[in-house]
Amino acid sequence: MSDHPSTYEPKSGIEKWLDSRLPIVRLAYDSFVDYPTPKNLNYWWTFGGILSLCLGVQILTGIILAMHYTANADLAFDSVERIMRDVNYGWLIRYVHANGASMFFFAVYIHMFRGLYYGSYKAPREVLWLLGCIIYFLMIATAFMGYVLPWGQMSYYGAVVITNLIGAIPVVGPSILTWLQGGFAVDNPTLNRFFSLHYLLPFVIAGVVVLHIWALHVVGQNNPTGVEIKSKEDTLPFTPYATVKDGLAMIFFLIVFAVFVFFAPDAMGHADNYVKANPLQTPSHIVPEWYMLPFYAILRAITFDIGPIPAKLLGVTAMFGAIALIFALPWLDTSKVKSMRYRPVMRWFFVLFVLACIGLGWCGGQLPDNLVFSITTDAHGNPLGLKVVWLSQLLAVYYFAFFLIIMPWIGLKEDPLPVPASISEAVLAAHAKKKG
Amino acid sequence: MSEPVTDVGQDPNRRDFIYIAAGAGAVGAAAMVAVPLIGQMNPAADTLALASIEYDLSKVEEGMQAVVKWRGKPLFVRYRTKKEIAEAKAVDIKTLRDPQTDAERVKAGHEQYLVLIGVCTHLGCVPNFGTGDYGGWFCPCHGSEYDTSGRIRQGPAPKNLEVPEYTFLSDTKIKVG
Ligand code: HEM
Ligand code: FES
Repeated sequence: MSDHPSTYEPKSGIEKWLDSRLPIVRLAYDSFVDYPTPKNLNYWWTFGGILSLCLGVQILTGIILAMHYTANADLAFDSVERIMRDVNYGWLIRYVHANGASMFFFAVYIHMFRGLYYGSYKAPREVLWLLGCIIYFLMIATAFMGYVLPWGQMSYYGAVVITNLIGAIPVVGPSILTWLQGGFAVDNPTLNRFFSLHYLLPFVIAGVVVLHIWALHVVGQNNPTGVEIKSKEDTLPFTPYATVKDGLAMIFFLIVFAVFVFFAPDAMGHADNYVKANPLQTPSHIVPEWYMLPFYAILRAITFDIGPIPAKLLGVTAMFGAIALIFALPWLDTSKVKSMRYRPVMRWFFVLFVLACIGLGWCGGQLPDNLVFSITTDAHGNPLGLKVVWLSQLLAVYYFAFFLIIMPWIGLKEDPLPVPASISEAVLAAHAKKKG
Repeated sequence: MSEPVTDVGQDPNRRDFIYIAAGAGAVGAAAMVAVPLIGQMNPAADTLALASIEYDLSKVEEGMQAVVKWRGKPLFVRYRTKKEIAEAKAVDIKTLRDPQTDAERVKAGHEQYLVLIGVCTHLGCVPNFGTGDYGGWFCPCHGSEYDTSGRIRQGPAPKNLEVPEYTFLSDTKIKVG
């Protein structure tokens, strides 16, 4: 916290010399050694550290890949195959980078649901939350452009579908689309600019991460009770307590990561992306990477026009709206209590929300006319039942209602449970309960 | 400073003028910098040098379609059967999302040939030939279905498949673009 006085004492002469010129060691010490963390943080709080690790891994492996990769529509696919077959350890670097993107998103989703459950977006952490949302948005853009680089069939048609979303904007859409693609179709100019931006954006993310951590250190960490730090009793120094806990979580995370890289490196990819991009033939089933599937399902859920607004524009608006609502969350929640531990009604809506997101993700990976389950058969013996698009529509309605109706409304209506007076009181009460 | 400074500020209009002029200059300069920075993203001259192609229709058999690359996009050249033409003509165009008769989409006297840009008007995938409920095309991306005239019949796409500019050079040869 900002009102926590610095306790760094330079010992050697060189430390003193540096400290009076650029107090960088002091900054690091105050931020990562002596920094007071709430003493009741659980393992959901270790994902911030894990995310920093992920960004580091992506940048390191990405820079290495760029040394062997060729950003040209005729050569890109073969250069990635060469990385896989001929470059020393190329297969390892590429699998770490490709699976690293999935692990990165897995971690960011846990990190975000954590924030949602414990009310970490509420005052005074609105700016912290917004910076996190910006990071998430930049991650989506970066991963999307990265996925285009191997120039396989999924890469190509992913780029086609996503850039064409812009074309749905009335009047100016088509010119913006041409500007974005650098031509009248996704082609070499598109690939080149995506490579340039894919290289750049991770460093922009790193910059926003610095702001994110700065904002965190101004307002202090939230904790499972949602009660702010009141005295020194409530806290423990970052090192060794948080460092060791984060370190343990990272080890488990890296084990899962390694299992994917070494035993199922293509489990989260698509076989079609090992086929070179062919602008004349779309694969029979195109799907985005798993981490975009919920938004993809929302895009496809809108199959109807509303008045003069065509379904295409509505779908695109709904998809971007779904992301925009995450930014607006601090101003949609009306509850005075932060943590859902003490919100007996809201926590059930939260569970439903997580399930709705997973459900949308599942729908996004299916063909819209597939059946979730069949009830009867029609005259020709074809099964009839709940179509995937209907389930998507239902879940999309819940997604939007959660932000726009449930959040504001339950916050006003619900009777929260009594909130502990302080973090240490909550910790002591939990201990007493355990002892019986 | 407690004493007001009297020797400058006597003519506030002159100060204001300098501020406004400097501000306007900065905006103008920023705009001049922005033009090339944004403009470079637009299609380059070689990309814009659009080529036209000639295509020999005798290569397509009745009931089949050929796919040719034209300006980076797939071009469908379909030789329709009598049944397919009849189906396309039988549709009541009032029921269509993007109402167009079959005659508006082919060249008179050559109605067996349907020449289309093979890009789904939804989000740009290439629809698959001969699948879907309307005998035309089915787009695998989000399920748009086109009929044997390439008109949108079902699914999220807003428009019919686009007919490019083309002319018949002879009975079996077309020039596209
Ligand atoms: C936020 C961090 C990053 C994310 C989420 C990310 C994501 C991705 C993804 C999903 C792919 C496609 C992998 C595949 O299926 O083949 C990819 C490819 C690639 N990325 Fe990144 N990336 C990041 C950072 C970087 C950086 C900093 C560079 C450095 C220049 C880089 C260079 C590359 C290259 C050259 C490829 C193409 C080779 C390949 O497909 O494996 N990436 N990236
Ligand atoms: S691109 Fe064809 S239906 Fe979406």
